[in-house]
Amino acid sequence: MTAEQIIFLLFAALVLVSALMVVIVRNLLHAALWLVVSLFGVAVLYAILQANFLAVVQVVVYIGAIAILFIFAVMLTRREAMEKGRQTRNNWWIPAMLGLLILTGLVVLIFNFPNVEQTAAALPVGLDTLQALGIALVSPDAYVLPFEVASVLMLAALVGAVYVATVDKK
Amino acid sequence: MTFWNNPINFIGYWLNSILTGWHLPAAIARVLLYVIGIIVLILFAMTLDIGLVWVERKVVARFQDRLGPNRIGPFGLIQPIADIIKMVIKEDITPDGADKIIYNIAPVLAATSVIVLWAILPLASTIYGVDLNVGLLFIVAAGALGTLAIIMAGWSSNNKYALLGAFRMVSNMISYEIPMVIILLIPTILANTMSVRGITQAQSGMWFAILSPLALLIFLISAIAELGRSPFDLNEAESEIVAGFHIEYTGMKFGWFYAGELLHAFTFGGFIAILFFGGYGGFFGLEKLAALAWLNIPFVQALVFIAKAMFGYWVIMWIKYSVPRIRIDHMLAFNWKFLVPLSLVVLVNTAILNKILIVLPNWLYVLGMFASNIVIGYVTVEILRSYGRNQRKAEKLPDSHAQTQEQTV
Repeated sequence: MTAEQIIFLLFAALVLVSALMVVIVRNLLHAALWLVVSLFGVAVLYAILQANFLAVVQVVVYIGAIAILFIFAVMLTRREAMEKGRQTRNNWWIPAMLGLLILTGLVVLIFNFPNVEQTAAALPVGLDTLQALGIALVSPDAYVLPFEVASVLMLAALVGAVYVATVDKK
Repeated sequence: MTFWNNPINFIGYWLNSILTGWHLPAAIARVLLYVIGIIVLILFAMTLDIGLVWVERKVVARFQDRLGPNRIGPFGLIQPIADIIKMVIKEDITPDGADKIIYNIAPVLAATSVIVLWAILPLASTIYGVDLNVGLLFIVAAGALGTLAIIMAGWSSNNKYALLGAFRMVSNMISYEIPMVIILLIPTILANTMSVRGITQAQSGMWFAILSPLALLIFLISAIAELGRSPFDLNEAESEIVAGFHIEYTGMKFGWFYAGELLHAFTFGGFIAILFFGGYGGFFGLEKLAALAWLNIPFVQALVFIAKAMFGYWVIMWIKYSVPRIRIDHMLAFNWKFLVPLSLVVLVNTAILNKILIVLPNWLYVLGMFASNIVIGYVTVEILRSYGRNQRKAEKLPDSHAQTQEQTV
């Protein structure tokens, strides 16, 4: 086993365990912090794949903004943060079976891909992945349309937020 | 490669040859070397940090017309050591009702969020941790971790003042992150790279401080806000919320926050030096003199870099000890209504002019970029002046003002 594989296994386990902890801990704020751990683990996985930009953006966007806003909201509800009730329902086995089914489907699907057991070819030396990503996002025969649609959606959300938040001055 | 022109790699190869000489597998030797390198870098940063305590106390004393520490050792130089001993032997108190695990992780995370920045800080052309192609975004990401540490400290202390401090810090950091990210794009445009080392090398011709002085100013302001230093020190405002988020911390746990803050300020001084003043290369054009070829030796470069970083740190201290704290609504209005629009204007201006003027000879390009910044600055000042004049007019006419107030109600 190479060092990379060991790191991958460690952090994949961390992501799974902390994602589980998000769901099962009773303190809402601890759940939010476990979510941060889980998202950080995903960032490490991106870094192992040499996707530097995705790794850093994962930290900036998810840990830097969403997680913090999430904690912010939770902090305002401290008294009710402890959930006292039961954590399972009577028919919990139905979603469990569904989840297992989906997992099996995904595993079968992945192993049916051609060349799935081959190691990926190393990136060519001197390739700037950031530049390649930037060009792909704005070139017409790559991802310019999805990119623009997404940005229009964001703009619409922004305008909507401003409209909702504006006090009517009559 | 000799020790003098590439010291870190030289020592690295030497250690590697020793380790493989002991019949260690190459992969393990590499991992060991990385671990050693990380520890050395952290030790260097923390040792520098001890010196910064002395620098900070001496400089604030000068600004306030005092002497500062002067009893222990020459010029009080041993004072930081005494401070550390004092902090380590103080009683460690964890308040009742505190969330113990989070309470204890927070100071470590606060210091970590600063130390990770040193991974991308190039001290010299051959002395740097890692040359990331997304270096500038890495700065923002590390800032996110710092915010998280402050939230954790404020919430887990089970103290209303700590919680208030954390709330203020979050609103502060989330707001000022936006002009900072926009402004970080300007060195990216000018240097065509996000790598911190690449940006340093791109300034061998002309410092970005001259190509875009407004960007420098906005970066300085948002860096001070990110540091939570005066005038943006609402998170620990002593006169209002005692000490803010670190109110319950004692001994060395408080020490981690304090050391982290000082090192953070110095590190941002370093980033100002790298992004706008050419980092380790170039010292007021001196390096162009053929007789001064020794400026290319890594140790001299590191000294130049530290001198520039100290200058940035000094400016941050100068502002901290001269400007009073601003109110929270003013702080937010200043960010959203002034800094964000201004930084967007500067960004668009730089992006367009950089492409147009690049065909011109170099001196015209520099002059054009500089002049465009001056024009934007002048227009901004004029807009602010007319805005202020209108506000004063409204205050002079209390009757009509009261009427409009009634109408809005």
